[in-house]
Amino acid sequence: MPQQKTKRIKTTITVNGETREVEIEVPDIEAAWGDPKNMRWLGKRIPRVEGADKVTGRAKYTYDIQLPGMLYAKILRSPYPHARIRSIDASRAEKLPGVKAVITDLTREPKYVGEEIAAVAAVSEQVARDALHLIQVEYEPLPFVVTPETAREPSAPRVHGGQNVSGGNPRERGDVDSAFRRSDVVVHEATYSVPARSHCCLEPHGLVCQWQGDKLIAWASTQGIFSVRDELAGALGIPASNVRVICEHMGGGFGSKFGARAEGVICARLAKMAGAPVKLMLDREEEQLATGYGPGVTAKVKIAATRDGQLVAWESETYGTGGIGGGANIPLPYIYPVPNVRTRHYDIATNIGASAALRAPGHPQASFIMESAMDDLAHRLGMDPLEFRLKNDPNPVRQAEYRLGAERIGWNRRSQMGARVPGAIKRGLGVASAIWGGGGGAGSRPTVRIEPDGSVEVRLGTQDLGTGTRTYVAAIVAEELGLHIRQVKALIGDTDYGYSGASGGSTTTASVAPAVKMAAMAARERLVAVVSQHLQANPADIVLADGKVTARNGSEKSLTWKQACALLGKEGIEVQGEWNANLQGSGVAGCQFAEVEVDTETGKVRVIKIVAVQDCGLVMNRLGVESQIYGGVTQGLAMALYEQRLFDEQTGRMLNANLEEYKLPGPLDMPDIEAIVYDNPTGKVSGMGEPPVIPTAAAIGNAVFHAIGKRIHSLPITPAKVLEALGKV
Amino acid sequence: MDDEREKLPQHPSQEVDTSRRQFLRNLGVTAAIASLLSSGAILEERRAKRAQAQTSQTPPGGETTLRGTVAVTLQVNGKQHTLQLEPRVTLLDALRDHLGLTGTKRVCDRGSCGACTVLLDGKPVYSCSVLAVDAQGKKIETVESLAQGEQLHPLQQAFVEHDALMCGFCTPGFIMSLKALLDKTSQPTPQQVKEACAGNICRCGTYNRIFEAALSAVQSMRRGG
Ligand code: FES
Ligand code: FES
Repeated sequence: MPQQKTKRIKTTITVNGETREVEIEVPDIEAAWGDPKNMRWLGKRIPRVEGADKVTGRAKYTYDIQLPGMLYAKILRSPYPHARIRSIDASRAEKLPGVKAVITDLTREPKYVGEEIAAVAAVSEQVARDALHLIQVEYEPLPFVVTPETAREPSAPRVHGGQNVSGGNPRERGDVDSAFRRSDVVVHEATYSVPARSHCCLEPHGLVCQWQGDKLIAWASTQGIFSVRDELAGALGIPASNVRVICEHMGGGFGSKFGARAEGVICARLAKMAGAPVKLMLDREEEQLATGYGPGVTAKVKIAATRDGQLVAWESETYGTGGIGGGANIPLPYIYPVPNVRTRHYDIATNIGASAALRAPGHPQASFIMESAMDDLAHRLGMDPLEFRLKNDPNPVRQAEYRLGAERIGWNRRSQMGARVPGAIKRGLGVASAIWGGGGGAGSRPTVRIEPDGSVEVRLGTQDLGTGTRTYVAAIVAEELGLHIRQVKALIGDTDYGYSGASGGSTTTASVAPAVKMAAMAARERLVAVVSQHLQANPADIVLADGKVTARNGSEKSLTWKQACALLGKEGIEVQGEWNANLQGSGVAGCQFAEVEVDTETGKVRVIKIVAVQDCGLVMNRLGVESQIYGGVTQGLAMALYEQRLFDEQTGRMLNANLEEYKLPGPLDMPDIEAIVYDNPTGKVSGMGEPPVIPTAAAIGNAVFHAIGKRIHSLPITPAKVLEALGKV
Repeated sequence: MDDEREKLPQHPSQEVDTSRRQFLRNLGVTAAIASLLSSGAILEERRAKRAQAQTSQTPPGGETTLRGTVAVTLQVNGKQHTLQLEPRVTLLDALRDHLGLTGTKRVCDRGSCGACTVLLDGKPVYSCSVLAVDAQGKKIETVESLAQGEQLHPLQQAFVEHDALMCGFCTPGFIMSLKALLDKTSQPTPQQVKEACAGNICRCGTYNRIFEAALSAVQSMRRGG
């Protein structure tokens, strides 16, 4: 048996939102995307294929699923940040007309406001809500702590019984202490912080569950239909093959929608008890309280560079809170290589619920901390912050991107702006950078089917979060078979369509696209084998383009697509594809420039323009990739100026568990955004949904620093903080 | 009765010069600052409000609930529908749960996101904040009424072409807010476009493309396309 060629590659994997880099051995099968110049679909501007469904309201999201006899479920949640449940009496709820099932065994010791206590399914949402009021719970409130500062104190109440503070092992390389003591270096020390931020997916978390005997169908608003399936099966003690999960369209996840989660198991249980389908969608307050958030982090930082601007040392102590979970660590020092490094990270337990991955977990926080420190140090050195970065960033892609971005924002105007320019309204420019993995992994099993009547279908159990998965899946097949994208039906979002992984860590495209390409190539090969016989041509001479199959052998004999497919016989072609490492790349670099205007009388910051230059690997859909950049920048701007979860120390409650006081930017807050797709000639596909969100807040923070000459050390940059920094309040 | 109707919550684009987002922003800032000073007071106020809200649904004692339905006639997308609804059912829920018109989305259910925007006698309203009984006798237009079969409305067409949507959950709300603008203004300025959807939130971050799409729809409508 010939030994199969293999090779080792570095890639990123994501499990429930946790992304890490791994080295794996993969089959080394030759395959290439080909020259982008010859492509009709890939790399072009393709309007998303489900666009018409979404703009007409025809698209059915989980929230829109309605089944005959469907019940509505609601969850009773803990009003206390920490309590013991002495008793629950649901008898009056059970007797309320219209109530069909009640669950009261969810927890005995809730550890945050919003934790699930009991649940009800009833004939209408209103009745379900009424029933919640009738459940009597006797709580014994326990001591709690909701802010990391308080949780660190030795006398603070214990969240889990043990210490609230964990971690703190130093990670060290080089000789940090002597590097800081060198006589030729300039040292800067400061503390920077980023608060916890909510995902605010517009479609809330939730499911519709329907049992058919011992089989369960669940419609779920999720980033991972297979992880929902596996968690449901595990929690319910049934085989995974008995569970089917469907998610045709979903209204945002941003890292918070992996797995079945508590509401998934509750919904399936209620449906079983009631013997009827149940819809359980969370409301807005529940979304804020109980579906996770990106952890906040505070960093004490020390950074040093030589007088001519070469970074030599970094030391940081970070405190992050993932609430009742962990996972608040961030990658420091970020982007720029530093020879002497010592970092210590502490996770602090608090009673604020468990954090979840939030678009580029840890990176926007790391970027704000690192890039703020970089700018402050550049200022001390008397160096232009861009020049400082060019000097310390060895990445060749970013080197090119910095130059491109600087030109587009007009960095050379920088000296005519800033704090010294007279007038109440100050202008400033700032820059910051990003890095992301974006590699894929094995596992996706797409099927391409060509029917004898010429219809083509591609099926895969992946999901489209709004990132455009469905569109490039169709486009890859259309490209390979020489068809119009409308001739290819892409079926995704159903576990019946064959395995694919969860969508997190920007791994979807680099995982899905290579597998679909391989399936499409295999289908093409089969078709060509049949057609070449018919046309008496060499298979290598057969060209599929513009809906025709042509023999490029001098005879130029040609069949229409339909004629070619009619040769296939009743069974048509059905082939599966597997991921191929040679089609995926990883490591996407980006940088962003911000121009801001600060009113020094009101403290209000207005972002005027963001230029985002983003390496996207081989572009699948240019329109879709640009949209991801717009989206990342918009969320980064939200982080810079508005977002923050606020808790009351006295009661342990979140004070802004809604969409008014939890502030997001609206149409009137938007700057001009220039999204520049940096075409990287690697010819490999990588993911890029996350990187554009990373540097925006840091770039805005740096622009504000330039504008007013004062650093705002903590996000969000509110008018109050600006006025305080200016000594006006 | 008519006086009552005049008090229906106004969509932000109908307010004269303060945008709703601006208003909310100020509110948020105030709340955030206040929370540092006296979060307890805010909480008290919040509790009182919640208690009030509950008593309006639950009679004193909180044990029995007034029950029963009334006949409600709604004129939706040119058709009359008579439904048996509890009086507390919102227009949004009547459309979604009772008429199967799920294009209109429910996101916050309290007038802060615009996802539920429909037109009531041509004016954009948050359907989550209008009771179905109060929408009787008015012309209700939902996103489902815009396309003629497969033929998309120019605004819808432009949204697709400019990729003014990602997850798409906010999209019907934006389209309805902008439709209200284009119905009364044939040549809106970019600022008018922004103001028309100032009460809509998009978490995916499609705003700039929405502006682009709306302005291009204006162009194609003027060309008669
Ligand atoms: S759902 Fe009505 S405004 Fe948010
Ligand atoms: S497209 Fe997702 S919220 Fe607007």
